[in-house]
Amino acid sequence: MEIGYYPGCALHGSSNDYEMSVRACLAALGVRLRELDDWICCGATAAHSLNRKLAVALPARNLGLAERDGMHEVLAPCPMCSMQLMKARCLLSADAALQDEISAIVEVEVRGTTRICNLIQIFQQVGYERIRDAAVQRLEACRPACYYGCLLTRPPGVVQFDDCEHPTSMETLLSELGAAPVEWNYKTECCGAGMTMANEATILELGHRILSNAAAHGANCLVVACPMCHVNLDMKQAAVNQRFAAAHDMVVYYLSDLVGLALGLAPAALGIPRHFVVRK
Amino acid sequence: MTTPASNPPAGEFEPKIVAYVCNWCTYLGADLAGTNRLEYPANVRIIRLPCTGRIDFNLIVKAFEIGADAVLVSGCHPGDCHYTSGNYHARRRWILFRELLATLGIETGRVHFAWISAAEGKKFQQVISEITSQTRDLGPYRAYREICEICEV
Amino acid sequence: MARIGVFTCWCGENIARNVDVQSVAEQAAHLPGVRCSRVHKYMCSDPGQKLIRDTIAAEQLDGVVIASCSPHMHLKTFRKAAEHTGLNPYLVEMANIREHCSWVHPERARATAKAVDLIRVAVAKVRHNRALEPIQVPVTRKALVIGGGVAGIQAALDIADAGVPVTLVEREPSIGGKMAGLSETFPTLDCSQCILTPRMVEVAQHPNITLYTCSEVEQVAGYVGNFQVTIRKRARYIDIDKCTGCGQCWNVCPSKKTPSEFDYGLGTRTAIYAPFPQAVPARPVIDRDACLRLTKGRCGLCVKKCQAGAIRFEDQDELVGENVGAIIVATGYQLYEIGKPGEPGRIAGYGEYGYGRYPDVISSLQFERLVSASGPTGGEIRRPSDGAIPKTVVFISCVGSRDNAKGLSYCSKICCMVNAKHTMLYKHKVHDGQAHVFYMDIRAGGKNYDEFVRRAIEQDGAHYHRGRVSKITQEDGRLIVRGVDTLAGEPLTIAADLVVLAAAMRPAAGVEELAQKVNVSYDEFGFLCESHPKLRPVETNAAGVFVCGACQGPKDIPESVTQASAAAGKVLLMFSRDRLYREPEIAHVQESACAGCFTCRRGCPYHAIDSAEIRDRQGQLVRRVARVNPGLCMGCGTCVALCLSKSIDLEGSSEQQVYAMVESLR
Repeated sequence: MEIGYYPGCALHGSSNDYEMSVRACLAALGVRLRELDDWICCGATAAHSLNRKLAVALPARNLGLAERDGMHEVLAPCPMCSMQLMKARCLLSADAALQDEISAIVEVEVRGTTRICNLIQIFQQVGYERIRDAAVQRLEACRPACYYGCLLTRPPGVVQFDDCEHPTSMETLLSELGAAPVEWNYKTECCGAGMTMANEATILELGHRILSNAAAHGANCLVVACPMCHVNLDMKQAAVNQRFAAAHDMVVYYLSDLVGLALGLAPAALGIPRHFVVRK
Repeated sequence: MTTPASNPPAGEFEPKIVAYVCNWCTYLGADLAGTNRLEYPANVRIIRLPCTGRIDFNLIVKAFEIGADAVLVSGCHPGDCHYTSGNYHARRRWILFRELLATLGIETGRVHFAWISAAEGKKFQQVISEITSQTRDLGPYRAYREICEICEV
Repeated sequence: MARIGVFTCWCGENIARNVDVQSVAEQAAHLPGVRCSRVHKYMCSDPGQKLIRDTIAAEQLDGVVIASCSPHMHLKTFRKAAEHTGLNPYLVEMANIREHCSWVHPERARATAKAVDLIRVAVAKVRHNRALEPIQVPVTRKALVIGGGVAGIQAALDIADAGVPVTLVEREPSIGGKMAGLSETFPTLDCSQCILTPRMVEVAQHPNITLYTCSEVEQVAGYVGNFQVTIRKRARYIDIDKCTGCGQCWNVCPSKKTPSEFDYGLGTRTAIYAPFPQAVPARPVIDRDACLRLTKGRCGLCVKKCQAGAIRFEDQDELVGENVGAIIVATGYQLYEIGKPGEPGRIAGYGEYGYGRYPDVISSLQFERLVSASGPTGGEIRRPSDGAIPKTVVFISCVGSRDNAKGLSYCSKICCMVNAKHTMLYKHKVHDGQAHVFYMDIRAGGKNYDEFVRRAIEQDGAHYHRGRVSKITQEDGRLIVRGVDTLAGEPLTIAADLVVLAAAMRPAAGVEELAQKVNVSYDEFGFLCESHPKLRPVETNAAGVFVCGACQGPKDIPESVTQASAAAGKVLLMFSRDRLYREPEIAHVQESACAGCFTCRRGCPYHAIDSAEIRDRQGQLVRRVARVNPGLCMGCGTCVALCLSKSIDLEGSSEQQVYAMVESLR
């Protein structure tokens, strides 16, 4: 199976452990990733705060590149990227005049025909049972709290994935692999996203609540599918402990980490040792 | 209009407009325009039908044949037809018939379609006023009558 | 040779101010077919009508045109006047020279010219009018009521009390509907069952009512006054005549785990069960999916215990036919299913409230069962999770209603009153409890309704917070309700022991299939459509079919009862004469020209066109032609426009009439 691949700025930047993880895991499942040639930033939070047209044009160029290169489906592992790409696609596919206008701006033809997927959707396409059958070890000791954050399932009209208020797609997959996901209260609560630098106090407060609730419900690790969430919960965990005199010791895995481990890949191949909080 | 009293002063063209309207919506809308004393040009002549679904499009051609300069078909809004679906039939027929009329060389710009409900007296006034002034600008519709004269119909 | 009389009205000043009535009358006299032309100041007045009558007689008129106001105003008046002289009323037409002329055209010359044209059109039409007689349709003086809730019960009793036989069909094993499961009703806090049960018993005992429970309407054929209905009586497995209702059977039934429908899943019931103690009929029924004998061939304890020999495992569904003249649909409502995956196109509902995950988040009907003395907790308000008495209860309004994202844009009307009622019932039972209500607006528009809500707040201490709830989570056995108080301008978090969701009212399941069987239209929510929302709220566009109660739209008990009596009144009106009289301006087929393509039948909104067989003298089938059912045709004329051979025509707007009208404008 081959799909288009849009890493986005985070995966090529400070979260390249997530890229390692995604590439290794999907390779082990026989999914070939074809990276978009000359892709640009999706605009993230900055673009739509400043200029609506820019917020459409930036992701639109990437959609145009995918169309040009004949890719019907593109994986964007970062939910902010995938959401911006999906939003641009929604607006374009319904509006021929906008397609023409944006195509002129981004200098490549865009019709909004490419389907954008997040990481969990790729696993669904491969098939949870196939993944289970390919697994060489069960995740018996794992009691993850699956954390979706804001953007994987919302806005529901754009993303159209899972139950937007009470998603369960990660839990289902991990249960198939032998883990025991916990039922907890902060699945879709915000981690603070891009305020890591600008408003650290809020990030720490939100992170503290998330980590506390996960622990209170018996989780021994957190699973995320977003590089921003990972940064806020993993890299900032020490700061949370310091601010709140807490003793959080929660490993934060990417979903592809756990799937990769189940498939028998070494932690190093998945970039796990690069996390800040490691398993003792 | 053949009565002498209605001939306009020489040089001023007054269009003849035939309106096929449904009894339950547009006719009552026209009544409401009357009750509210909303004035509009006196060029229109209403033919009352139970429903726009009754309108066979030969009636439109007939109207041009007797000298109409514009024709209006008006009924209930989609979804509100007194007989449930008559207006949908009329609308569908119009979509097909428009192509045919255009192919035959009839000026489809002189055929107007409207949805005017029993509560829309004002809209009736506006639609009639607009059509009348548009048709005045288009001028008299001679083409159909000329063909009839040539064929001695 | 036509002898048409034209009568032009001054209408006081209304017409005469802008139309030269004298000139109009003079010009009308010269129109082809016109015998005489008269004027009068007020044509609709007694002297005006006398003028018409006298002229018809004197001039032996065979057609009349009244040039005055709108036909919607006085066509019936003038047709009656003509009838009195022996002239067929359908030979009278009107030219609207008031609403369409004098009132809107101030220029006298042009208004006068238009008036003459309008009369010309009317005269051209009337020359082709035919004398028509109203159509008579025989009536079977028997009614069918579908649905045995409070609306169906009321309608059935009203009709039966008038001496007309009624068949009442109810899908559940007992009548009573949702009202039978309520504890108390607003605004009086009457015990619901106390006021309903006597009615239910009356239905069962009424000599004019035939009651079918565990039954559904399978098929409806025919038309107004003459419906043939097929009813499926599902197997009950009990002979209700032999059964004494002693209860020995359900006391020994070993299959006890089925969630109780009557308790909305809060309690369980046995496989052989009576739905509730006051059920009518007061007889049990066997759930064929839960019964060990019916599914696995084992057990049979109930048969051993039954001293009346009333249990019949060999029961089958039975089909019964009934002929009725009118049908009333009263199928009621169900609650919006919170938390279940949404229908296609609608977003799945309220996963953030935890309904279905947290046992202590329940619906309003479930709360009614908790409060109800015959409920799963004997009327004590106890939490489903641990049976503890909740000290803090949160009620949330508008769950599903007024929510475009969930696809239910409407207000369910009763929930504000239900919430107020629940806070009061709660407080009356748990004196140290505290009720909170999260609301958007308070809708309490009935008699004593607003006072009722004030009582809940002022006397029973309910706290009302204007705002919505964003999320409910569970922490240490309590429900953490996160909402907002918009009047205080602050987020508000309440730790509750029990949360009650006021879910939206939707029409009962299966209503769409039933509506198609009786040819009634329904809106995008499934509510059945009335003929006119203001003036004809219980009739439908299917002649002979009426609606009442919550199936037509969300409403409370007083309104359901009112509509039920209204529908019954309409039925009795229909039955007040031996025959139904319908307007004769309907379609008819010239069978010799009809090719039997049935394009007309496909386009008819009323399914009023049938296929008829033409047979020769030997009984051999020659061909099939279309035939209009005079009992159903509503006279829209869609068929006339569709007919490829112009074999079908419409009285009152025939091809000849319409073409003559247009031609007269040449």
